[in-house]
Amino acid sequence: MLLAKVVGTVVATRKDPRLVSSKLLIARPMDPRGKAEGSYLVAVDTVDAGVGETVLIVSGSSARMASGLKDCPVDAAIVGIIDNIELQES
Amino acid sequence: MHLARVIGDVVVTRKDENLTGLKLLILQPLTPGREPAGRTLVAVDSVGAGVGEEVFFVRGKEASFPFYPVEAPVDAGIVGIVDHWTIG
Repeated sequence: MLLAKVVGTVVATRKDPRLVSSKLLIARPMDPRGKAEGSYLVAVDTVDAGVGETVLIVSGSSARMASGLKDCPVDAAIVGIIDNIELQES
Repeated sequence: MHLARVIGDVVVTRKDENLTGLKLLILQPLTPGREPAGRTLVAVDSVGAGVGEEVFFVRGKEASFPFYPVEAPVDAGIVGIVDHWTIG
């Protein structure tokens, strides 16, 4: 799974019927220290996340196992809102 | 599967209900020479691994198999703690 910061929202009127009523957010993956890495992605929100929050994103076919996304055409889903990250300093 | 070192953990209160009770750890993938290999990631633990240990993990939907029949929405999972490895 990826850590990411939610940076925006996506509005789409015309879309696959199985995506109706899904909330789409733009997220920027980051490392555990908060540094952005990789490119932005659009993810379906299943936990009521909002802009500015740090979230946990599951990608690939596993995204369809998130709540309410069975058989939906998605490859990234927000499945948790991060409270705290603890790192062992090396 | 890939080698990695556990370098931290994350606390997530609000989450998918099928993630309840699962331990989430931060992994740094390693080369066999113990150099960092690529980006860190968050993986679910099914073997009781802890911070500082060297483990191997699986990517993709297979990461949820240890929790069958619960369909946990996870794409990376620790499936073994490495005692040691040798090359050549």
